[in-house]
Amino acid sequence: MSDIAEVQSFTVTFIIRRFNPETDTEPYWQDFDVQMYSTDRVLDALHKIKWDVDGTLSFRRSCAHGICGSDAMRINGRNRLACKTLIKDLDISKPVYVEAIKGLPLEKDLIVDMEPFFAAYREINPFLQTSAKPEKEHIQSPEQRARFDDTTKCILCAACTTSCPVFWTDGQYFGPAAIVNAHRFIFDSRDEEAQVRLDILNSKEGVWRCRTTFNCSEACPRGIEVTKAIAEVKQAVLRGVR
Amino acid sequence: MTQVHNHEYDVVIVGAGGAGMRAAIESAPHAKTAVITKLYPTRSHTGAAQGGMAAALANVEEDSWEWHTFDTVKGGDYLVDQDAAEILAKEAIDAIIDLENMGLPFNRTPEGKIDQRRFGGHTRDHGKAPVRRACYAADRTGHMILQTLFQNCVKLGVEFHNEFYVLDLLLSEEKGQTRTSGVVAYELATGDIHVFHAKSVVFATGGFGKMFKTTSNAHTLTGDGVGIVWRKGLPLEDMEFFQFHPTGLAGLGILLTEGARGEGAILRNASGERFMERYAPTIKDLAPRDIISRCMVQEVAEGRGAGPEKDYVLLDCTHLGAEVLETKLPDITEFARTYLGVDPVHEPVPVMPTAHYAMGGIPTNTDAEVLKDNTTVIPGLYAAGECACVSVHGSNRLGTNSLLDINVFGKRAGRNAAAYALKAKHVALPKAPESDVLKLVETLRASNGSENVATLRKELQVEMDRNAQVFRTEESLKHAEDVIADLRARYANIGIHDRGQRFNTDLLEAIELGFLLDLAEVVVVSARNRKESRGGHMRDDFPDRNDADYMVHTMAYKADDSIRLDWKPVVITNYQPMERKY
Repeated sequence: MSDIAEVQSFTVTFIIRRFNPETDTEPYWQDFDVQMYSTDRVLDALHKIKWDVDGTLSFRRSCAHGICGSDAMRINGRNRLACKTLIKDLDISKPVYVEAIKGLPLEKDLIVDMEPFFAAYREINPFLQTSAKPEKEHIQSPEQRARFDDTTKCILCAACTTSCPVFWTDGQYFGPAAIVNAHRFIFDSRDEEAQVRLDILNSKEGVWRCRTTFNCSEACPRGIEVTKAIAEVKQAVLRGVR
Repeated sequence: MTQVHNHEYDVVIVGAGGAGMRAAIESAPHAKTAVITKLYPTRSHTGAAQGGMAAALANVEEDSWEWHTFDTVKGGDYLVDQDAAEILAKEAIDAIIDLENMGLPFNRTPEGKIDQRRFGGHTRDHGKAPVRRACYAADRTGHMILQTLFQNCVKLGVEFHNEFYVLDLLLSEEKGQTRTSGVVAYELATGDIHVFHAKSVVFATGGFGKMFKTTSNAHTLTGDGVGIVWRKGLPLEDMEFFQFHPTGLAGLGILLTEGARGEGAILRNASGERFMERYAPTIKDLAPRDIISRCMVQEVAEGRGAGPEKDYVLLDCTHLGAEVLETKLPDITEFARTYLGVDPVHEPVPVMPTAHYAMGGIPTNTDAEVLKDNTTVIPGLYAAGECACVSVHGSNRLGTNSLLDINVFGKRAGRNAAAYALKAKHVALPKAPESDVLKLVETLRASNGSENVATLRKELQVEMDRNAQVFRTEESLKHAEDVIADLRARYANIGIHDRGQRFNTDLLEAIELGFLLDLAEVVVVSARNRKESRGGHMRDDFPDRNDADYMVHTMAYKADDSIRLDWKPVVITNYQPMERKY
């Protein structure tokens, strides 16, 4: 606590990729110098710019502590949540570059059209399918529950999918997030339709497009082992669910 | 140029958090339903809820819904409507089973049943000892509820209008009755206006914690739905009761679940003393939130705060061990590490109360129907969740009862809204139904006054923290009332930068501030009028509960340029008010 009680502020340069389809033909980069504290987050910088300097700067945000998944963006070339990226963890001797996540249609400044992302999610049947009609809860052991714990953490922020080079070049690819959410149900002992999801993901735009670059695992703000989950789905396609 | 679009549905649900989506799941299979939401559904703040959802399943120890009802009533300092609390506690059991059957991955007991843990104010046999009643999924129970409800909306093909900001509720008088014909929304992506003609309308728009500076609430929780209802001249109930959650990360307000204390974490002052032993000898750190928050502020005020400025207390989890923290409390462990650089495995975490939850809101009956006075419903208009006041929380909500509230009363709202739509006809739309919204939006879009939205909002938040927070007095509330009046006057002279149609979040924030200012005034005026201390409303100048004069709900009405206050009786069934001791 003592080291963060430090009150010294310093100037950080943010270079933000701007685009307003009503006035601009092409995106452009714009500099802003902002007074920041080491414990501030990139989201604080965006707010300082929007609230004190340029109200037209547009971005999504809501909870501001990494749970709602609104503010995934590219910060110094890496996909991160602006509300979870602290200034002290960036090299501020150089400008900080901020731009929208890649691979989804750019709407305005840091806002993209999320609809293609959610469309891929919907395609993998992201809901429990079972014929069991228990009187109370289904019985599931702690071990069975643990089998898919990691992939229940997904907040659908799209940081993984839009960090994937395969997705950048082929927007039809389901992408890591959809596969993560398929994994969450494929390995849930209560679900009976794993094979349907595996068949969907065994298609041309399914898991075999993954080139194991690990960008997705590095990008996940929830620490999900995304590449591992994809690998487990690939194994399940070949050998069935274990 | 702003376009106007028209839509027709049986049921429109405003808001896609837990209550809105739970309502949609009931309504969509039976009636043509649309969910209209300012945010993508998965961004809703239900997802930030952590610790659990209460239900007397008795999976791990003896429990009963009757004990749960009693705890809820006592927790709310007897201002709870007891018929509603009984429904809440009884229907909790089905609500949990519904969620599990829909796929929610609850933590499990060794036998494979839903596991349960302790939470503040939930007790065995009317206060004898803490009971394990909270069903949970690690410390992301709200996240799992939001995801599960969204997944089931996908399964049912529920129609969403995402990033549509509802700004008006259409009401008209018909045969001496107030009726609704739908809502009007502003589409964020295009700037277009949409008129939704509907038979039933459900408000599930969440809270308004952003009127405070230190808050666990999202930036987007600006009381839009409650504010719309207020502007239409409908009453708001018990607005003075706002919950300050004890364990917000110091200086930041980010929530650390009460589930931590449910698992055994302890609050300590600067000298390491477990101070709650002095205030609540029986259940100590698991006393209800209002009591703990007051004790924390008192410890700090009396010089026993920790840290260089002695301005916070410590949440000690170090004895829980790394495994409990990593498996049952992983998210809050990470929040402390990320945002304060403190590792809860090895060090106690600095915490202070954070504005968390509005107990008050849009008055409804137990069928989730909105009331226009103490008894008269508006047919076809429903509200559920934090925006509503049933009232199951009275003057202080127990932890885990909000996730329960959204499921029980969200379900009731959806079911009743669909049933009503199936037997009712559309009420005719008023002439030019979009006109008020168009005027609001175009006026603000063109505004070029000298006042800055962010500056006014910050001044409001600082004032509310200083003068309308955990401890209040006539003097502090009068000060807040004057400051809010001044801010409202200055709001008339704001100027925004963004004149565009597309994703104009500058305009959005200006509109949101208008709702916050309206509601802050209602909170403060209602608080000034309640000259007693009860639950979340603590008056230093009237430190005792006064049942003779104030065992009643506040009903606030907008009257021209002032606020008219009235009272509404509390429903008492089984439990007569008693002194509240833990």
